[in-house]
Amino acid sequence: MKESLIYGKKKVVTGNHAVSYGVLLSKAEVIAAYPITPQTQIVELLSEFCASGLLKAKFIKVESEHSAMAACVGAAATGCRTFTATSAHGLALMHEMLHWAVGGRLPIVLANVNRAMGPGWSVWTDQNDSLSQRDVGFVQFYCESNQEVLDTTIQAFKIAETCLIPVMLVLDAFVLSHTSEPVDIPYQEDVDKFLPPYKPKYFLDVNDPRAFGGLTSPDHYYEIRYKIEEAHRKALKVSEEVDNEFYQIFGRKYGVVESYQCEDAKLILVTSGTITGTARQVIDEERSKGKRVGLLKIRLFRPSPISQIKEILTKAEKVAVIDRNISFGHSGIFCQEIKSILYNEIRRPMVFGFVIGLGGRDVVPDDIREIIDFTYKADYPEEMVYFRGVRL
Amino acid sequence: MRWQFANDIKEYMNQGHLACPGCGGAYAMRLALKALGKNTIVVIPACCWSIIDGPFPLHCLEVPVYHTAFETAAVVASGIRAALDIKGKTDIEVLAFAGDGGTLDIGIQALSAACERNEKIIYACYDNEAYMNTGIQRSSATPYGAWTTTTPRENFKKERKKNISEIIAAHRIPYVATASIGFPDDLILKFKKAKEVKGTAFIHIFAPCPTGWRMAPELMIKISQLAVDCKIFPLYEVFDGVKYNINYQPKNIPVKEYLRLQGRFSHLTEKEIETIQKEVDDNWEILIKKTRI
Ligand SMILES: Cc1ncc(C[n+]2csc(CCOP(=O)(O)OP(=O)(O)O)c2C)c(N)n1
Ligand code: SF4
Ligand SMILES: [Mg+2]
Repeated sequence: MKESLIYGKKKVVTGNHAVSYGVLLSKAEVIAAYPITPQTQIVELLSEFCASGLLKAKFIKVESEHSAMAACVGAAATGCRTFTATSAHGLALMHEMLHWAVGGRLPIVLANVNRAMGPGWSVWTDQNDSLSQRDVGFVQFYCESNQEVLDTTIQAFKIAETCLIPVMLVLDAFVLSHTSEPVDIPYQEDVDKFLPPYKPKYFLDVNDPRAFGGLTSPDHYYEIRYKIEEAHRKALKVSEEVDNEFYQIFGRKYGVVESYQCEDAKLILVTSGTITGTARQVIDEERSKGKRVGLLKIRLFRPSPISQIKEILTKAEKVAVIDRNISFGHSGIFCQEIKSILYNEIRRPMVFGFVIGLGGRDVVPDDIREIIDFTYKADYPEEMVYFRGVRL
Repeated sequence: MRWQFANDIKEYMNQGHLACPGCGGAYAMRLALKALGKNTIVVIPACCWSIIDGPFPLHCLEVPVYHTAFETAAVVASGIRAALDIKGKTDIEVLAFAGDGGTLDIGIQALSAACERNEKIIYACYDNEAYMNTGIQRSSATPYGAWTTTTPRENFKKERKKNISEIIAAHRIPYVATASIGFPDDLILKFKKAKEVKGTAFIHIFAPCPTGWRMAPELMIKISQLAVDCKIFPLYEVFDGVKYNINYQPKNIPVKEYLRLQGRFSHLTEKEIETIQKEVDDNWEILIKKTRI
């Protein structure tokens, strides 16, 4: 593989390989991972990069995802830039160590390919795997295109290392992971300029022997957690700054949220992941028919871009949140979040929640049109959540 | 017995640790660090040592310590190893120091994987034959006959102790050794050997827990020596999983003398003690046979 020829070119790559290229360009130093469909190609390509010497990293072929995250924890605590990738059951198995990465303030980057949880076994996309990890304290980005996947991977390291918080970037199974799109592969020099080597202040150092993560009494624990919350608030600001800086060098930016045709919209759809692309197309059509509809894409899920979301949504009369996930016994998770953000606003829109496309069932333009029509006609959200396309 | 190294070498464990009096696990760490010295990073999973090291922001060791989740000592050590190697710090040793629960039970998966990868780490298991941190529950290292809070006297532990050293030796890593805090020089020499090995070294340390064994703290050394002399815990090494070397010829003391010093065995009948004696004798024969291969 003459990989030296790829830099600065457009290359047709899958979402998975976009992650691998992002990690290569970011010069990760330690990678630990365990195979799981549909993530495996990310680490397969990375192990080729390591084997060919293109990426000077140690690749630890661990025996489980729990160990993958634990190995990253050890390596990051020793001062290395670290990466892992997983999906669904792998992410669930990692759960304990996700807490460790956050509590240890370790800037590990994790790519999660959104896959539905078993049983029954499904390899297709939905968001319940990553959203089940909402409260561990990882920053979470949801991506819409392969270019965004690559760019977010590089941005993720910078945000993580600036705030000392691990970052998870999320891409949809198959719709992105295994679908090829043309992607600009940046020049290495540009990425080096954007992302200098990781130089932590504290690490496992025999010349400064400290203990990390030991017994912590109620006298200290709360403050340490509060500092994690502070780091999250910082990460919100830093994510915007990093995105702007990225734009200066690479000419692309995404925002922590993206508002599309929202200025005069009476109805705003809220989406995340690849459903956004489908919705964008429908919005264009509806606009041409004179309907005042807009779209809010949530890219950064945690930390929550609260003021950005408020500013955009409070101008609308109705909001329709599309969730490819379900918190059983309640509603879609993005919908809950949007409602909680809007609740205290004096002028707030009605929020309709739609659950759709679980386990990778296709979400097509007609589904989005139906959601728009339904929300348009309804006076009030009678149901906490509307299920779209259930065939019983 | 002359304890040459144990008394002479610099200390890396300070006063102010939180172990109970007579804690074998605490002494084991003290000795291990004497052997390994300053250029060592220690990984401690959940176990009594998570407490012994001292509460944040204090700690009692003069080497860096990473406290980690119960089942992850071997793999966090592997991650640290990888990071040190990529940074060119190959002169630093990584010591995973875990209890029997963290080694034989919940951590065996990650440990087996680290051995299979032949990571350049030293993995030490201080074996106090139960989950002590959580208040003396049985582990797979708890021997037949023992009382614990989950194996009450009326229904004491009926299963035999898992033979972890043999399991690890079967991975054919370069160095496996048993050691005892009752034989400090032997223990120190083994850690020194472990340091020189090209790959994973595993040291299984007999580390009495007076609190959990219902035993007087001042017996910590005596009971450790008795365990060896009764052939309950023979001192031996295995090189590359095949070459066995017995380090000490036991005095062949009846197991009864070892058992009767500990409250955790006080309910055992003569017949049950005979069962234990027979098992111990059989195990010794098996070990001797292995040295002849
Ligand atoms: C996943 C998980 N399960 C359970 C525990 C609770 N726990 C902490 S230490 C421990 C027992 C440790 O036993 P061992 O490894 O033998 O070390 P010792 O306490 O005897 O020194 C247990 C069960 C935990 N910390 N993590
Ligand atoms: S309970 Fe046992 S192992 Fe734990 S500190 Fe006390 S003596 Fe040591
Ligand atoms: Mg124990």
